[in-house]
Amino acid sequence: MRKKLLSYLLMAFLTMTTLGGCAGGTDESSGDNSSKEPVYGGSVVVGIQQDIDSLDPHKATAAGTKEILFNIFEGLVKADENGNLMNAVASDYVISDDGLVYTFTLRDGIKFHNGNPVTAEDVKYSLERVSGLLDGTVLISALSTIESVDIVDAKTVQVTVGSANTELIYSFVAAIIPQGSGEDAQADPIGTGPFSFVSYAPQEGIVVAKHDEYWQKGLPYLDEVEFKIINSPDTALLNLQGESIDIYPYLTDSQANELQGSFQVLSAPSDVVQALFLNNAVEPLNNVKVRQAICYALDKDSINEFVAGGNASLIGSAMLPSLKDYYVELNDVYGTGANPEKAKQLLSEAGYPNGFELEITVPSNYAYHMQTAEVVVEQLKAAGINAKIDAVEWNTWLTECYQGRNYQSTICGITCDMTPGYLLNRFQTESSKNFINYQSAKYDEVFQKAQSSLDLKEKAKYYSELQQLLVDDAGTAFIQVPPITIAMKNNLGGYKFYPVYVQDMSTVYYTE
Amino acid sequence: MKYFGKKFITLIMTLFIVSVAAFIAFQIIPGDVVTSILGTESTPEREAQLREELGLDRPPVQRYLDWMGGVLQGDLGVSYRYSKNMNEMMPVAELIGNKLPVTLWLAAISLLLIIIISIPLGVFWAKSKSHLLDAVMGVCTQTAMAVPAFFLGILVTYFFGIFLKWFTPGGYVSYEKDFLGFIGYLIFPAISIAIPKIAMTARFLRNSMLTEMDADYVRTAYSKGCSERRVMYGHVLRNAMMPVVTFLGMIIAEIIAGSIVVEQVFGLPGVGRLLISSVSTRDFPVVQILILYITFVVIFVYFLVDILYRVIDPRISSK
Amino acid sequence: MKEFIKEFLKNFKGNKYFWAGLAMTGLVLILAVVGYFWTPYSTTQMSAAERFDAPSLRHLFGTDNFGRDIFSRVMKGVGTTVFISVLVVLCSGAAGIIIGALTGYFGGIVDEIVMRVTDAINGFPSILLGLVMITLLGSGSHNLIVSLAIVFTPSYVRIVRSEFIKLRDADYIKRARLMGVGHLRILFVHILPNIFSVFWASVMIGFNNAILAESGMSYLGIGVQPPDASLGKMLSDAQGYLITAPWYALAPGLAIVWIVLGFSLLSEGIRRLQE
Repeated sequence: MRKKLLSYLLMAFLTMTTLGGCAGGTDESSGDNSSKEPVYGGSVVVGIQQDIDSLDPHKATAAGTKEILFNIFEGLVKADENGNLMNAVASDYVISDDGLVYTFTLRDGIKFHNGNPVTAEDVKYSLERVSGLLDGTVLISALSTIESVDIVDAKTVQVTVGSANTELIYSFVAAIIPQGSGEDAQADPIGTGPFSFVSYAPQEGIVVAKHDEYWQKGLPYLDEVEFKIINSPDTALLNLQGESIDIYPYLTDSQANELQGSFQVLSAPSDVVQALFLNNAVEPLNNVKVRQAICYALDKDSINEFVAGGNASLIGSAMLPSLKDYYVELNDVYGTGANPEKAKQLLSEAGYPNGFELEITVPSNYAYHMQTAEVVVEQLKAAGINAKIDAVEWNTWLTECYQGRNYQSTICGITCDMTPGYLLNRFQTESSKNFINYQSAKYDEVFQKAQSSLDLKEKAKYYSELQQLLVDDAGTAFIQVPPITIAMKNNLGGYKFYPVYVQDMSTVYYTE
Repeated sequence: MKYFGKKFITLIMTLFIVSVAAFIAFQIIPGDVVTSILGTESTPEREAQLREELGLDRPPVQRYLDWMGGVLQGDLGVSYRYSKNMNEMMPVAELIGNKLPVTLWLAAISLLLIIIISIPLGVFWAKSKSHLLDAVMGVCTQTAMAVPAFFLGILVTYFFGIFLKWFTPGGYVSYEKDFLGFIGYLIFPAISIAIPKIAMTARFLRNSMLTEMDADYVRTAYSKGCSERRVMYGHVLRNAMMPVVTFLGMIIAEIIAGSIVVEQVFGLPGVGRLLISSVSTRDFPVVQILILYITFVVIFVYFLVDILYRVIDPRISSK
Repeated sequence: MKEFIKEFLKNFKGNKYFWAGLAMTGLVLILAVVGYFWTPYSTTQMSAAERFDAPSLRHLFGTDNFGRDIFSRVMKGVGTTVFISVLVVLCSGAAGIIIGALTGYFGGIVDEIVMRVTDAINGFPSILLGLVMITLLGSGSHNLIVSLAIVFTPSYVRIVRSEFIKLRDADYIKRARLMGVGHLRILFVHILPNIFSVFWASVMIGFNNAILAESGMSYLGIGVQPPDASLGKMLSDAQGYLITAPWYALAPGLAIVWIVLGFSLLSEGIRRLQE
């Protein structure tokens, strides 16, 4: 027993410290206490980075909020740790062959936190609320395609949609809430998740308690979880060491090294694609050779080393390696090391033999992107590109870069939201999310084909074509999928990593 | 009386200018609460909807007047960002009411530290005849005054938190949960606020006492046979304290304004941190009230100091 | 006269504040000037092999999280901080003199409005005002100088204005006016030289405040942009490594204390000389 624990610790240590040690995925996600017996009860404090933007699961948009509400609310289906869907409020569902009618069967005996059983009316209400059928306000845009929600019988709900899309089922993770609770001014957030809402204090945190009648038997283990807002990663580290928090899921690489030994430090890839996004519409980045030169100039290996301690997954295009069915390995196109000669050659061909000035706008609240930018500036210098960082506030970034598209280049991350289509969708010419102004008629055409395809194999083929197109055009300089590194007290176990951004506390337990 | 009346009117005018300036600034800075809420998921339709929901589609002047009207009737409005429960947003008054005790207690403890340390220190310094001690005190206070608040915060964190382990940095406990723990935690940020102010006050008191000690009445008192103790505490200190009291008033204003940085360093959920985060999320109702509040406290304390000064020293007459 | 010079020299010699301040400030200036042309190591070159080296002969102040030499970065950072602060004091001092002189001398409704605005800016926490200004103007050293200059102008306006009010009714000014001397000449030739000593004292304090404000803004990440070295930014980066690399935080922090302390001592020394 002891030996096994030691070897696990050693393994965790090695993966953290060795160069290029590949981050453990979901395989070792349960940590080094997986062999110990779980104990019921107890409470933990989890450090979180951002305040909650809304307690209404349909209105919350921040990833930092969704990851917490995951513990309180559930949809008809929900994500599991492998990135697949599992049934939640629904015990079963059938999609018609034409992909237009979804028939959901409600789970027997499932109850809300207030003790009321979940009825077909609640499901109808929730789906109509998010799709805009209730009052014309669409709360989740992917579900706006819902045309009607019909109650077949007390246990069956039929949803009719306007157009077929094999990825639409992922959007049914939308929370099911009691009928009318969306309009009741006094309502506390009530869902069907493993934990029920207890209290929320702005800038301090949110407390949830065990849902005794949770449908997954045996879960959750903990009686209470407090998500405590910690404004900076530095204080989080001190908090961990001072034992005022038990779990912190956003360690930086150097913090992870600091905590080795005194904490369980676990790492897995996140669902974020980080890139040096290039605005394809501005001089000189509208020249494909210039963009390719930048891709050659980047030394992704050393970025990985400096900011992620070698734990990131380097990528060549817009796809997460964890989405195995769709991912194509494209790192070889520009290489993961620096190639300044090739970059310089391309720059002279493009008419910039002496390089050029590049402004990199970075949202300053993301220390990870800021650090990456510092390394990137140094690397571009070797290729004769004189880059300068402009750190802006998050809101300025949203308005100026993301919506206004008034920037040269930016380092940030885009999330995947479980569906591969979500990542690729934004690079269509007309997409409102295409903030890099990527323009390719070919890409648009293939994307349309991929969308309408109902055959998964065929879809995967189209998606791989899209990734290849993005790389060939050097639409943007993709860098990495940053790791998520968590620290957890030694007497805790059962933490699960998800390919999506959630903090599932239902499987976490004390071992003593 | 006329003088105070005039002062009061200028106070109101200043507050008005501050609120208009804050409003205009919020119109100019990039992004508003809608972009902040919707983030990268924003669509033009959702934006329009939300603007209408929050009443941001009205013309700016009308919005300002409506807001002003509300405040004058005692309605401070509702936060755009902080939820109270699932569907209701947090009223600004309640939000600030929850955070204010943190900042006020921090200020109170800091002030207490300043008073109980700087006054004996200043007296001791003024009385000492040793040149060496004088030089040491001079250098120490000059150094203490040169340390920026955030660096001092880091030093206190390192020394008391990591080295001595007297407290857990960031381990703040709410005053509602554990009042003693709350006060215990606040002592350390208060130390970082207090150290430079202690140095300042001690210097000020010492200089003030030295001036008094040269005064004629001191010589008279000695010649009448008063003991040194009696002269020092009965006459010199009493007279020297007058300007120090007004000096402390200004320090209060500085503590309130300066707590913003220290709250940030120690992760205290006080009004300073609320202000910074509300600026970045563009939560206008909260920012506006907080700015008015801080400006009011600062100006009002100066105003009080001014009055106190007049009460203490009737020679200063109103022009 | 001879006696006076002798006395003055004697004061000079015995003035420990002055000499200590001069030595400290001199070192700062030398570091800043040398750092502008030469540093022992590149301030931006990164090295994975040398991350978090403790202070040694090779790296006097150790290295940071990117393996950069902290001593070199402190040299550059001191230069940046001093340069920005000097410019801020120059700009806000000049603006303060012009606005303060005009409003103090002429008075009237413009004076009333200017005073209310300066009151408002004074009441406003300066770090917050700087934050709002930076959000408006965008980050970077140029905008930092402009924002801080705006933040600091009111304090000079107040001082200059009150001095001008005091002097505008002085007999020699009244006489000058009767003799037909123009307003501008009175303002800047007759009055201005007489307020110099008061103004000088406030410039001294202002310089220190500017240094603290600059490093404060950079600490909050809205001042000088990385990878350029700045003391405040280094300090905030270092905060995350307090346990493993305490030297990283100490070096830039102590540098700020050193600059401010040296300058306080120097100005205290000069004040005593003047007496």
